[in-house]
Amino acid sequence: MIAGLIAATPRRALVLLGLLLAALIAAPLVLDRYLVSVLILVLWFAYVGQAWNVMMGFAGLLSLGHALYVGLGAYITAGLFVRLGIGPLAGLPVAMAAAVAVGGAIGWLGFRFRIEGVYFALLTIAFAEVTRIAFDHLAWTGGAAGLFLPVSAETSGAWWNLRGGPLLFYYLALGLAAGAFVLCAILRHSPLGYRWLAVREDAEAARALGIDVFRARMAAVTISAALTSVGGVFYAFYYNNLFPGQTFDISRSIEMILGPIVGGLGTLFGPILGAFILTPLGEGLIALTEKAGINAPGAKAVFYGACLMTIVTMAPNGLWPALKKRLGIAGEEA
Amino acid sequence: MQPSLVLEVLVQGVLAGLVYGLMALGLSVIFGVVRVVNFAHGEFAVLGMYAAFVLFTALKIDPFVAMLPIAGLFFIVGYGLQRAVINPFIRRPEHEQFILLVGLAIIMVNGMLMVFGPDARHVNLPYSFDSWFVPTGVTAPIIVDTVRVYAAAASLAVCAALFAFFRLTLTGTAIRACADNLTGAAVVGLDVKRLYALTFGLGLACVGAAGAMMVALTDATPMLAPAFTLLAFTIVIVGGLGSMAGALVAGVLIGVAEAMASLVVTPSMKSMVSFGLLVLVLALRPQGLLGRRPA
Repeated sequence: MIAGLIAATPRRALVLLGLLLAALIAAPLVLDRYLVSVLILVLWFAYVGQAWNVMMGFAGLLSLGHALYVGLGAYITAGLFVRLGIGPLAGLPVAMAAAVAVGGAIGWLGFRFRIEGVYFALLTIAFAEVTRIAFDHLAWTGGAAGLFLPVSAETSGAWWNLRGGPLLFYYLALGLAAGAFVLCAILRHSPLGYRWLAVREDAEAARALGIDVFRARMAAVTISAALTSVGGVFYAFYYNNLFPGQTFDISRSIEMILGPIVGGLGTLFGPILGAFILTPLGEGLIALTEKAGINAPGAKAVFYGACLMTIVTMAPNGLWPALKKRLGIAGEEA
Repeated sequence: MQPSLVLEVLVQGVLAGLVYGLMALGLSVIFGVVRVVNFAHGEFAVLGMYAAFVLFTALKIDPFVAMLPIAGLFFIVGYGLQRAVINPFIRRPEHEQFILLVGLAIIMVNGMLMVFGPDARHVNLPYSFDSWFVPTGVTAPIIVDTVRVYAAAASLAVCAALFAFFRLTLTGTAIRACADNLTGAAVVGLDVKRLYALTFGLGLACVGAAGAMMVALTDATPMLAPAFTLLAFTIVIVGGLGSMAGALVAGVLIGVAEAMASLVVTPSMKSMVSFGLLVLVLALRPQGLLGRRPA
């Protein structure tokens, strides 16, 4: 499978990918702590953007409530760890199962009752909001007051419990982003991936060809939900504090989808490219306004909003297709 | 629970629901004709709140008077926005329209955050705390806030004006023709671009007026905006997309449901009730309570 994929990819693209990966592996050797933290953010957004892209980019299902799966992954593993002492490795399957169950429920409701397009997007927002309110009132995970993971010197080396320094999280984020890229490349060129494309382009025609549209869509939702929940686990153990108002917030859902949209919906490299463009620009803007002594908490978001409007007006297919031509790897499907 | 208290909450819910209904009506009109979902709707409502707040603090203009110039200004903004930004997207895929307006919403909510800050802004009207005792005959007299009655009456007046415009004027009829059959409307020589811009302007005028009234009922903060967008959507879907009467009926329904939820459960859970209603309607009657089944 992977061998066939590599053989089908132009040599030039493989070399460029290899160079990028090598540069990212070596990056912490030369960068300071702050820049490493920015790169962790970039890789995290590349990862969750890739996960969201499975739904929107591959299967054409617009979800504006992906913070729901981040929140579920974060809260379930953190809750198990803090309350019952169960480590994130054991908590991970539970979190993924929960995300699959909730994603499946939304998908079942949406696709069985033919809730499509904008209505489906609203359904995803509504579920994320309901879950946020539910966690606001759930005492077991601290409710609105938040859930805090213990940070102490004794446990700091326990990497198997995701307790450790920035380097641990950096390489973990790199592994996740790279892993999701490979997984999505495999999915995209699998029979399921081609069914997704057919459903995305014309669901009626796909149905006429004998494709089970319902099953294809359900697969997209559940795979995307499971992948996103892993991003949530990372989020919980990296930041060590969780608040429903932040974790499940609609603004997080939207921040997650910026990268793939700017980079290129449905492309494999788009989410990565988008994250590498947007996150450093956003963080740089924060650093700049702080240095200038202006306290402008909304500046980054205004910039993101302007990016969205500009990209969707000028280049609705994202930046990757154009860049791909420049790099001379236009033949490659990614 | 005292029956008079239940009745009181019920009446307050109906009155607030009419203002919600007017806000949602703007969204419904835009979607029904232009077929574009205004994802920045709640942001415009909060902008209307701030506009009324500024007019009140600077010039002492009562929000119920200020709503007229604000509606006029919002009409111009909507007209321009449709012509300059949204019109090129009319034939683009749905998700691209959505992303465009999500971008606009993000800019608006954070722009307001930068200008007005996160603190709640309050308009202190001379009659803010007035209320009437209304005898019901069956229960103890109930207390009704004066501002809510004014807001509900003003909402009904704006709605009535809009209904009359669509039913009685030639332009209104032309806009309805665009909504019913776009190709047919273009064939008989209607200037669809201008009518779309007019419609978007009217939709924003509704939400601007609703926002101006809203500031008399609740404090303005940028954080209200996404919640209002969702509220307006919920109302429009429950009532039936494109149905003007449906938006009003569903506005009242959601207003009452949320008020009752605040009374019976807890205020912070109230939006769960409206989302529950939304899911129920999507599953059982996707065209909404008063909507027509798509042909």
